[in-house]
Amino acid sequence: MPITIEMPKLSDTMTEGTLLRWIKKVGDSVEVGDVIAEVETDKATMEMEAFDEGTLAEVYVEEGQKVEVGQKLAILTGEGEETPKPQNGSKKVSADKKEKETAAEPPEKKASVKEPVHSAAEVTPESPKQSAPSAETSQSRPKASPLARKVAAELGVELRQVSGSGPGGRIVRSDVLSVAKTEPKTPERPKTAPKPEALQTDQRIPLSGMRRTIANRLLEAKTTIPHFYLQAEIDAQPLISLRQQINSAAEATGLPKVTVNDFILKATAVAAARVPQANAAFADDAIIQYADVQLACAVAIDEGLVTPVIREAQRKSLSQISAEIKNLAARARSKKLKPEEYQGGTITVSNLGGYGVEQFFAIINPPQSVIISVGAIVPKPVVNTEGQIVAGQRIVLGLSCDHRVVDGAIGAQLLAELKRLLETPALMLI
Amino acid sequence: MSLPNYYFMKYDLIVVGGGPAGYVGAIRAAQLGKKVACVEKERAGGTCLNWGCIPTKSLLRNAELFQLMQKRSAEFGFRFEKLSYDWPKIISRSRSVADKLAGGVEFLFKKNKIDYLRGEATIPAAGKIICKDRNGKEETVEGDHILLATGAVSREMPGLTVNGKTVVNSHDAMIIDPQPKKLIVIGAGAIGVEFAYFFNAFGTEVTLVEMLPNVLPVEDAEISVALEKSLSKQGIKIFTNSKVGSAKVEKGQVRVSLEGKQAQELEADCVLIAIGVSPVVPAGVPIALDKKGFISVDERYQTNVPGIFAAGDVIGPPWLAHVASWEAIQTVEGIFTKGFRPQRVKEFPGCTYCQPQVASIGLTERAAKEQGLKFKLGKFPFSANGKALAAGEPEGFIKLLIAEPHGEILGAHIVGPEATELIAELGLAMKLEATYEEIEATIHAHPTLSETVHEAVGAAFGEAIHI
Repeated sequence: MPITIEMPKLSDTMTEGTLLRWIKKVGDSVEVGDVIAEVETDKATMEMEAFDEGTLAEVYVEEGQKVEVGQKLAILTGEGEETPKPQNGSKKVSADKKEKETAAEPPEKKASVKEPVHSAAEVTPESPKQSAPSAETSQSRPKASPLARKVAAELGVELRQVSGSGPGGRIVRSDVLSVAKTEPKTPERPKTAPKPEALQTDQRIPLSGMRRTIANRLLEAKTTIPHFYLQAEIDAQPLISLRQQINSAAEATGLPKVTVNDFILKATAVAAARVPQANAAFADDAIIQYADVQLACAVAIDEGLVTPVIREAQRKSLSQISAEIKNLAARARSKKLKPEEYQGGTITVSNLGGYGVEQFFAIINPPQSVIISVGAIVPKPVVNTEGQIVAGQRIVLGLSCDHRVVDGAIGAQLLAELKRLLETPALMLI
Repeated sequence: MSLPNYYFMKYDLIVVGGGPAGYVGAIRAAQLGKKVACVEKERAGGTCLNWGCIPTKSLLRNAELFQLMQKRSAEFGFRFEKLSYDWPKIISRSRSVADKLAGGVEFLFKKNKIDYLRGEATIPAAGKIICKDRNGKEETVEGDHILLATGAVSREMPGLTVNGKTVVNSHDAMIIDPQPKKLIVIGAGAIGVEFAYFFNAFGTEVTLVEMLPNVLPVEDAEISVALEKSLSKQGIKIFTNSKVGSAKVEKGQVRVSLEGKQAQELEADCVLIAIGVSPVVPAGVPIALDKKGFISVDERYQTNVPGIFAAGDVIGPPWLAHVASWEAIQTVEGIFTKGFRPQRVKEFPGCTYCQPQVASIGLTERAAKEQGLKFKLGKFPFSANGKALAAGEPEGFIKLLIAEPHGEILGAHIVGPEATELIAELGLAMKLEATYEEIEATIHAHPTLSETVHEAVGAAFGEAIHI
């Protein structure tokens, strides 16, 4: 009896998912636990596993299509079975319903429910279990506890890289946690989108969940927050020299290198702690000044952008901040962030320097009250202290402020503090 | 006459003690192809089988049946001309069950070619034991490894020396004849509670005394309170938060005065001491002990003397047969199986076989809160379970602690019918790190008591059907 595969509910809030990619193709044999497809939910990209075995006989959904939870995706057939021809009318509906009801039951039960005319003994010898064609795939599937699977999915740990300490070598939660701890995963970027081809016709691209959120929140921010903008140009030469020093030492000792952005994040954390009036939020009848700097950093990803948060950043060293943002950004790109990792920021840094942008002003990310916009390092003629024109390295920092919380002078203080730290970067290391 | 094996050979393993740790460890070593001897001073099976778990379950079955027939015959539609019982027969049934099982263990020794030596062991040095039999004859046996599984005996109470008649321990209590008219049980752990239930069911006037605030102090407080209510209703007088101040035995009567909130003078013809156990450490080479006198072992269950290992009650709590057996297997696999890393016990079920039964595994609500864990509670009463109602056992409930956010089971607590059987599903769930979703997705047969497990999971998420 063919088995219907439906769009599973992969998270509590999931109502629909996008079928990103069929991993199994029509005609492939499928074992229980094999990954059949990749599904994008409102939160993450997840692997969809098979709960039954058989041959993938037909798929009803194309890659990239958005599908409601419970909608039919594909049909699995046992050996020698044929794909049911789509029938019209009520008959098909009732057949589907029956399959749906039995889909959650263990296989033994199913045999007796679905084949009421045969006795169990007659059915077993022919059951697909006996003639499973690809034992190889089932062996390569790691044995792991349900809890370990959940935690691994959340932390982005690949189960195949974990060795199990549970009964019979089963992977248990502590195994996943110890791997996650020892080597913070930096999963490679998901396959890059195919090269854009010349578009033949106009396209209507339905909004992804993320795009809708960006649209709503930034419209609200730009229309309800009284923004004002400050700007300062910074001498980046000391920063460049210090970074070179640190990185050549790091290279010699095999330590990870730091980026200019790491310095800017560190400087923001220190500056925000020194000017707490800017590390604050407008709360209708009060202003909330935060005790800790929850430092958000905008990360561009294929679908839009996210702002993962470095917690209590004012307490963290340059190298801690550097390691943390590297890890967060990598997981943001593979959509493996947990909500608590991108919520609750108190101040944001957005850096478009890597794209050659010289200066800009970002929109505030509510409920925060400032956002720092970082441009590229640009060689420019500058007048030095002797009044001579020399070649300099400059960065322009933009600061967007919510005037309900931060007045011009406070914004200026924050910017001055940033300038001081970045132009004398050794101050940040003490 | 042929001479015994130990005249000619050195064993791979000598196990001292034939209880749940010793005999299980010996059999596992034999299964691994090792040459094994087991020395036991009384009878194979140890306390559990001869003087603990098994014979008391026989007594409690009698109690449960008698209580049902005597107290609830009208409800069930039974009529008796004159319902009575045969006390010596109740005790002898219990003894014959123990005897049969001990014989079973001795058979398993034979089957696994384990040399079984009767006698008391002393250990002059690592690799060597001296076994002294009942007639005082000594034999020296040598082996590469020694596993001490010597267990524990009832802890003595200062000021109340056990005499087997008016002051008894659990060993005496299970063969006491005649039946005491008035009994004081000191200690409301599993042993104290089970004996209190047993004697009360047969009409002995029972007073149960506990120093801590609740009966079964290791259990979840909510469960203990429910049990306490039930036992009181059955007629047992219970004094918690009560310490025994002084005690006297005079003319076949015991007088016990209690200190605490309710100072109290108690009098009875018998007092049962059930205040825990003390380890039995064999004489010979000095073995390092912990503060309470139990043998200290490292992560491979090895004592401070290389080659001498220990498992079971003798290495400390929990004093449970199933934990002892598990520890012995960990020890033996650790000794003989390359690459095996023995583990120490983490989660284990605990069971008390009064009626209603109590069973639990994992963290109590209080412990989970103290650890700062986030969890949801799922509770379901047996009064909403069809099978429990049909069996006339609607008392009690099940309580699950389901962790947030992932939904693994932190603890399970049951008071009610067959609680001790129901706990197995939750033990498996915890061992396999199942989350509530796997339990929820499992079809539980109807009508069974096990449906309460399913419903309790549902209840945690507001999805229980029958409540």
